[in-house]
Amino acid sequence: MNPPPAICTSPAAPTDSIRTPWAEFWRKFRRQPVALVAGAFVGLLVLMAIFAPALVPFHAEDYFDYDALNNPPSWQHWFGVDPLGRDIFSRILVGARISLAAGFISVAVGAIVGTLLGLIAGYYEGWAGQLIMRFSDVLFAFPGILLAIGIVAILGNGMVNVVVAVAIFSIPTFARLVRGNVLSLKHLTYIEAQHSIGAPDWTIILRHILPGTMATVVVYFTMRIGTSIITAASLSFLGMGAQPPTPEWGAMLNEARADMVTSPHVAIFPSLAIFLTVLAFNVLGDGLRDSLDPKIDQK
Amino acid sequence: MMRSPSSLRVLSVEDLSVRFASSERVVDAVRHLSFHVDGGETVALVGESGSGKSVSALAILRLVDHGGGCIVSGSVNFRRGNGEMFDLACASQKTMRNIRGAEIAMIFQEPMTSLNPVFSVGEQIAESIRLHQGLDRAAARAEALRMLDLVRIPDARRILGVHPHQLSGGMRQRVMIAMALSCKPALLIADEPTTALDVTIQAQIVELIRALQDEMHMAVIFITHDMGLVAEVADRVVVMYRGEKVEEAEAGPIFRAPQHLYTRALLSAVPQLGSMQGKYQPAKFPLVLMDAPAPVDAAEHPNTARLDAPPILRVRDLTTRFDVMGGLFGCVTHRVHAVEGVSFDLYAGETLALVGESGCGKSTTGRSLLRLVDFQAGSVELDGRKIETLSARELRPLRRDIQFIFQDPFASLDPRLTVGFSIAEPLYVHGVAGGREARDRVASLLGQVGLPADVAARYPHEFSGGQRQRICIARALSLNPKIIIADEAVSALDVSIQAQIINLLLDFQQQLGLAFLFISHDMAVVERVSHRVAVMYLGQIVELGPRRAIFENPQHPYTRKLMAAVPVADPTRRRGRRELLADEIPSPIRAVGDEPRRAPLREIAAGHFVAEPALHG
Repeated sequence: MNPPPAICTSPAAPTDSIRTPWAEFWRKFRRQPVALVAGAFVGLLVLMAIFAPALVPFHAEDYFDYDALNNPPSWQHWFGVDPLGRDIFSRILVGARISLAAGFISVAVGAIVGTLLGLIAGYYEGWAGQLIMRFSDVLFAFPGILLAIGIVAILGNGMVNVVVAVAIFSIPTFARLVRGNVLSLKHLTYIEAQHSIGAPDWTIILRHILPGTMATVVVYFTMRIGTSIITAASLSFLGMGAQPPTPEWGAMLNEARADMVTSPHVAIFPSLAIFLTVLAFNVLGDGLRDSLDPKIDQK
Repeated sequence: MMRSPSSLRVLSVEDLSVRFASSERVVDAVRHLSFHVDGGETVALVGESGSGKSVSALAILRLVDHGGGCIVSGSVNFRRGNGEMFDLACASQKTMRNIRGAEIAMIFQEPMTSLNPVFSVGEQIAESIRLHQGLDRAAARAEALRMLDLVRIPDARRILGVHPHQLSGGMRQRVMIAMALSCKPALLIADEPTTALDVTIQAQIVELIRALQDEMHMAVIFITHDMGLVAEVADRVVVMYRGEKVEEAEAGPIFRAPQHLYTRALLSAVPQLGSMQGKYQPAKFPLVLMDAPAPVDAAEHPNTARLDAPPILRVRDLTTRFDVMGGLFGCVTHRVHAVEGVSFDLYAGETLALVGESGCGKSTTGRSLLRLVDFQAGSVELDGRKIETLSARELRPLRRDIQFIFQDPFASLDPRLTVGFSIAEPLYVHGVAGGREARDRVASLLGQVGLPADVAARYPHEFSGGQRQRICIARALSLNPKIIIADEAVSALDVSIQAQIINLLLDFQQQLGLAFLFISHDMAVVERVSHRVAVMYLGQIVELGPRRAIFENPQHPYTRKLMAAVPVADPTRRRGRRELLADEIPSPIRAVGDEPRRAPLREIAAGHFVAEPALHG
């Protein structure tokens, strides 16, 4: 319902405390228990990744327990031991650093470049916009993983090149997303009001249009991290990314293939790590969308 | 309106309370409302936004249940077809479905969204008839055709097969009425049925509802915020304020001797066409404020217009057209001739009103002046500098002198920035002030528009529409402009707020010698604020002159028609039956090469120009 209107009274200011956009966001976000759990999980994961070297019970690459090859989970080795005698729990913790960093950096690069291109394409619809969008269409025409494989094939194997590849294939999605937002935002009255006071284009773009697109970018950013972690892991699984003995999750899965039938825990725990991480990012993204989109306001 | 004394009571609402409860708060939208409606009678529910008038109507139809509300107390007794009174408040939704549409019909404000876009008009009316009357397809279709004839739709047989988007707003509302009346309801609830329509179309629709009411002996609940309409249609008036009925009386006494303070305040804010007869200068609304002891002084303003000095804005043959792409290759096939050769002068300290109906090009004219849209021909001279030849960079400093106030105060402020920043932004953009100086300026501007200085740290969504419009005015004033273009600046506001904002604008004109280009569709508001008036029709000015000449001696037939369509908030001046018209505003879209004829203006008295055809009939 509408708040009671100030009818026939002198104009007075609202009396309650200032409701900043941040407070609004938190008010809606905290009502979503699933997203809160996902957010807490992501937070924990990030903390563990940062402090992994201090937390791991065994060294991820240089510890070999030759008496416990392929041993199932035990009190000493929580996630069991792999065919070379390494502690899987330690390797997954250290692997989280690599996967999260790969996911985050690639999407960050993709989001920044894509957002910039999207802003330009949306605000100046002329030839520059056309060029950017046609370029995006070309990138879109490739299946994502194929494009990444192609880029890594050109640049050579290695984790850095995987990050570059994933970043490049994130660019068009962000460009398209932001452009769509800009197209609808720039016809709003408050943007026209900026033109009417004589604000230069870049003031309008950076101060008024960019913040308006940030909500969708943040949501998509979060979800995209999940996708990028999978892509990076896939490339490593195919042997194009992190090389053994690096404890990257995809590479660990690749190494586990041979012994999957006899000692399934070797494959299960890295898979579970990928699965839970991606799920958490997607659920968190859903929650962010529900609390950042002003059109969605649950009772 | 005629009413037989033996009319049966159709609806009797007793002690109705409606509550909306969410996890965060509980809103009592309607509290202890009682009123009744008799057969053939029109009861107007009047109030401003949030007064609970629409919720009351939805509660009668039990549609509040779908919106998260519930009836917490009271009864809604309705006389059903068999003559027995039946309490709708405790009816099952199944029973309600049989009653809705068949015995109580409702028409809504938005004719654009109340029709299903994928079915033809005929199918939609026929469906409603089939559902409620059990007729077969052919019979329902024949009945639909009869209904369209009843609501005076020309060429009804063709309209049956047409889809809603092909119809104008007025025609859609006629279709809605045909649909609502197809089952001969005993009660029609009309919720702001004409608010989205132009004034000449509004007059047609209101006249139609009145005629149909007489023919079908229906009871009508007319929900509106427009006191002028109330005076035109209502037998009895129920005034609502913050969910409660504050006054109920026959239409005559309400307007002649309102009892409740709120009714008095409301009526004092209603602009009345003709109330400015004999006055040369604009005058403030004699507002009665509920929390202030004395009414606002409504004396004529001293003359602020400096008509002897050269004009600060000269517009000559301004022409703005928009291309419409079409055809297989996306070529320009048609053009919207939004503005066709418009010329006028604006003098310092004067208010020139541009009036006309939607699509007449008045807003485009305002936007063209600031080059918010590019115009194709003509010249705009601001203080002797031609703006059409300037580059975007050279234009920027000129924009300091000419500021804009937009119609929708909810959309014209960036929701992510504090209002203080929004007000100061023009200062930053033009490098006029920064830091402490800008903050002081914001505080003083807020004071000038009647808001406390500490609201600068707040965000737009915390303010009501009227407060936001004050903030927009503060922003427009921050650079000390010479001209303010007010594009329907008050038409989205409730009448009492509208009157306050207009008084504020008039104060600023007096203090600062501002020139206003006041773009509006509302003749009554224009009469109060303007020194001179230009009437626009299909992109051209058809009449231009001093306000008194235009309002007291209109020459062009379109001006007269516009004037005649404005409802007057005085039941004693209610006009007799008017002809039921169904003409529409023609479209300004024309094929390429088919240029409209420009009607030259001829001066018939000092400063009073009329387009040629009017003089030759």
